[in-house]
Amino acid sequence: MIGQTATSDVILRTERVSKQFGKFTALKDITAEFRRGAITSIIGPNGAGKSTYFNLLSGAFPPTSGQVEFEGRDVTGLPQHKFAHMGVAKSFQITNVFPQLSTHENIRVALQALSSRYNIWTPRTSYKDLVVQADELLHRVGLWSRRGRLAGTLAHGEQRALEIGMALASHPRLLLLDEPTAGMSPEETRVMMDLIVQLAQERTVILVEHKMKLVMGISDRLLVLHHGELLAEGTPADIRRNETVKRVYLGQREH
Amino acid sequence: MHEASHISEPLAAAPRHRASWFELARQHRVLLSSAFLLAFPLVMPFTALAVNILIYGLYALGFNLLFGYLGLLSFGHAALFGTGAYLCGIAIVHFGMPWYAAIVVGVLGGVAMAAAIGVLAIRTRGIYFAMVTMALSQCVYYLFYQAIDWTGGENGLRGINVREISIFGLKFDFIDPLTRYYVVAAFVILALIFLSRILASPFGAVIEAVRENEARARASGYNVTATRLIAFILSGAFCGLAGALQALHLSIVPIEIMHYETSGLAVMMSLLGGMGTFFGPFVGAAVFLLLENLVSLWTVHWQLFVGAVFMVCVLFFPKGIWGTLLQRVQK
Repeated sequence: MIGQTATSDVILRTERVSKQFGKFTALKDITAEFRRGAITSIIGPNGAGKSTYFNLLSGAFPPTSGQVEFEGRDVTGLPQHKFAHMGVAKSFQITNVFPQLSTHENIRVALQALSSRYNIWTPRTSYKDLVVQADELLHRVGLWSRRGRLAGTLAHGEQRALEIGMALASHPRLLLLDEPTAGMSPEETRVMMDLIVQLAQERTVILVEHKMKLVMGISDRLLVLHHGELLAEGTPADIRRNETVKRVYLGQREH
Repeated sequence: MHEASHISEPLAAAPRHRASWFELARQHRVLLSSAFLLAFPLVMPFTALAVNILIYGLYALGFNLLFGYLGLLSFGHAALFGTGAYLCGIAIVHFGMPWYAAIVVGVLGGVAMAAAIGVLAIRTRGIYFAMVTMALSQCVYYLFYQAIDWTGGENGLRGINVREISIFGLKFDFIDPLTRYYVVAAFVILALIFLSRILASPFGAVIEAVRENEARARASGYNVTATRLIAFILSGAFCGLAGALQALHLSIVPIEIMHYETSGLAVMMSLLGGMGTFFGPFVGAAVFLLLENLVSLWTVHWQLFVGAVFMVCVLFFPKGIWGTLLQRVQK
């Protein structure tokens, strides 16, 4: 019964979503709600279906069955580019910037997506507000000194920060992050986690993370996936106490 | 904007690129390109060849917008070029339209054909896009081939006799090669201005973004399919104009203009000159046509020679002649 339970403090919910790839069931009947203003982490061992679930939430592809609802509206099967306009932004698991464009232009292009995208006559530099906002976002994610560099030449951690900057460009109410610290050094990871906590003060954050320890401290709620199914859900304390989770996840060698 | 409160460093401390002469040249690319094109016939042995280079350069430029800047390889651009030529010719021969109106008809023909082919092909990508555009352009070829009453079929559309061109009361002798060159050059320069504005515009940024990273562009809120279609149609406008000028220049539209070899020509010229460079298509057209003209003086197998040059270019200078030159100068 969709709609009845969708209150204003639920920003996103999935109703029995499943995803098949050929004969392989990557996700099975996941029903979950994400609270507005919270940091919710989706965790689980490798192959648990985290990325598939993330892709359903961010509109990269539609579920085979079930429904995705954003702010009470059915968004199942909506094309990807519409998500940005609705207020949903995402970062990718694999670093995903525009490598041959400058760092500044990367963010400016992301900002432009919400306003003047089909103008073929006026110079893009004449949209001064976008240039200024792009500079502000560069500051925000700590890339001011890399302004003119080609994004492809940035260090790994810097590219990830740039991605966050691009995601913020659409002033998203919901920020989806797929393993934002993947491949980062401990120092870069710490900076990124601080940034995420800071960002979450103004918007809802959902992140997918493989390293459970990393998100325990910052998450308000956790979803644990295992073999494409929702194994457990709750506060970090709940999850820590959960025997099933301990068995399938914590029993493994800690990452 | 609340994010601004986090700024700790002064905004003015941005590390900026020094405005080198290279940057200056880039900013004035239309001016420099135009100046070169205006001086070009003076160094050329035959003006008729210079006109050919202009027209094919414009054709390759339209193709390059799609191929070099957006990263879509079309193998059906002959249909756009040919439609421009045929419609311009038909407007003159069958409807007795003045030359300038016929050019407009040609451009609109290129646009309409691009829209039709684009809508059908744009959802495919990579090699499939190349194949679909090629197949569709072959359909267009046969359509024009069969419409003998309108197009002259196999014999081509004859009788596009524009002898005199009058602009604001000034009369120009279109038979005179040099005058003809400058009339064509005027349109090419207009096209250069238009292209430069497109590339500098927000939509130009979208084109680059889609080429650079489609998934990211989509996630940022860009409709990639729409972007491609618009770019394809814009490309059709340039190619339609090139075709219309070709019809006026040759005073006949041969059916070969629609042949897939003409599509291949655009690919070759763009690659030779340098894909994704502003002036590269003209360099590519010039090198190709000069080779064709010079080598065919002593052997009928000129294509062998051009093919060898093309292969050397693709293998050792993937950025093309102009692209490689720009890269050298920049460093």
